[in-house]
Amino acid sequence: MMTIEEFGRRLRAREITSAQVTDECLQRIDADNPRLNAFIRVTADEARRQAHDADREMAAGHDCGPLHGVPISIKDLLDVRGMPTTAASRVREGHVAARDAATIAHLRHAGAVFVGKTNLHEFAFGTTNEDSAFGPARNPHDPSRSPGGSSGGSGASVAAGMALATIGTDTGGSVRIPAAACGIVGLKPSFGEVSIDGCVPLSGTLDHIGPLTQTVADASLVYHALLGDAHAMPPAPLPLHSVRLAIPRAYFLDLLDDEVRARFEEAVERLRRAGVHMDEIEIRHTADIASVYLHIVLADAAAYHAATLETMPERYTPNVRIRLEMGRYILAEDYVRALAGREVLRREVDAALAQHDALILPTLPIPAPPIGAASVPVGSKTEPVRNVMLRLTQPFNVTGHPAISIPSGRTSAGLPCAVQLVGCRMQTDALLKVALACEPQITPGPSPRSGNVGG
Amino acid sequence: MTIEAWLQAAIADAERRGLPDLKPMLETLARATATLRGADFNDRADGGSPRASGLAPRGQGGVW
Repeated sequence: MMTIEEFGRRLRAREITSAQVTDECLQRIDADNPRLNAFIRVTADEARRQAHDADREMAAGHDCGPLHGVPISIKDLLDVRGMPTTAASRVREGHVAARDAATIAHLRHAGAVFVGKTNLHEFAFGTTNEDSAFGPARNPHDPSRSPGGSSGGSGASVAAGMALATIGTDTGGSVRIPAAACGIVGLKPSFGEVSIDGCVPLSGTLDHIGPLTQTVADASLVYHALLGDAHAMPPAPLPLHSVRLAIPRAYFLDLLDDEVRARFEEAVERLRRAGVHMDEIEIRHTADIASVYLHIVLADAAAYHAATLETMPERYTPNVRIRLEMGRYILAEDYVRALAGREVLRREVDAALAQHDALILPTLPIPAPPIGAASVPVGSKTEPVRNVMLRLTQPFNVTGHPAISIPSGRTSAGLPCAVQLVGCRMQTDALLKVALACEPQITPGPSPRSGNVGG
Repeated sequence: MTIEAWLQAAIADAERRGLPDLKPMLETLARATATLRGADFNDRADGGSPRASGLAPRGQGGVW
């Protein structure tokens, strides 16, 4: 599957049309969705109409920008006018969106073609995509394994070549985790940059919307379109010799699968050899991250779901229902303590970045776990799947810093591993400059990577 | 409310509501709450530090 950048070059050279590439995506969906369950709804007719319109407009000299005619999938947590937003839950039965989410309106303005809405962990409340009213989505690299979550169908759709890009949401890692598990790029912008209007919330203070793509440059294109800047091109990468990265070893490298650790250290060594300056830093309150996150996300989610937990509890999947119920018991005083802890962590990450362009750490401590696994081996320990999958991503939902996951090679079993770069708050473009510079060193092999495993 | 009192009340309420599966989850949450209350970023009216008082050890985020 081509990147968005390559699509744009070839479209404008009249070598391809949006209709052709959209048809290829729809054929891939027909072939692979029964196996991967990445899509809840495929909008083939509408996508073909949008693609023909895009081709006609381009021929008439009206170029909407880099996403003009690009086939994109949408996590079924975002409103697309006239369609249900299921959130992968029976609780949402009968819902039809009256208007587009703000991000969807921006993508429409940018000329994107919507091929369908993707599967997710019910209400985005999980990391594996197993608890969905539509059944689990599966990882294209190994369908017996999770694609990650909650944006699991989104990650699978791009990795399998069903779309050139996808839009996910990230409350504890739900863009970066599936990106890492599926071997693609996932960007969580800085908190508050991208509007969450028209997105079913999990936590209004932790939710982010971001792209999953094949390359960092493509993530930059989609990110800017999500902001409403349809014509923005990727920023210039920083010169590698001027890049200063910090490795937060304590906590962040304490609990890693051996092969994930090896791929991380190899990427760090390639960056070092290429001239990147590396320091090691410590973030003091890492031991408090999980408890701070838990008290915020559970309480926020419980507030949103309280009414339907009373009136239609049987419509939730059992695991999601029980976790939502847990949040109803959190005391106000403990929620306030968690908010205080968030400020402490935010200042500590700010301080760690004061002399550096980005933090560098793994995205996911383990390769994609088997579907149905409650716990997984990590080094010499056995850990609960949910805790270990959230461990390295949730800190930056708590603090709001932008973070991007970039593939860093495979395990011996062929499962993707990934490295995460974390930038300064409200400076996602600066993080993208670092990521564009570092991507060729982080991702081994030719670029764009051979991450596509469809067909 | 102490964590012990909160946990007892929460478990009793969950059982009354027919949600016995919540008990282990609430016990996990109680451990996370102990970590949160024991963190040294909490202000106290007497000016003391919860961690200095040994209220809770660090690093018990809990399994959920």
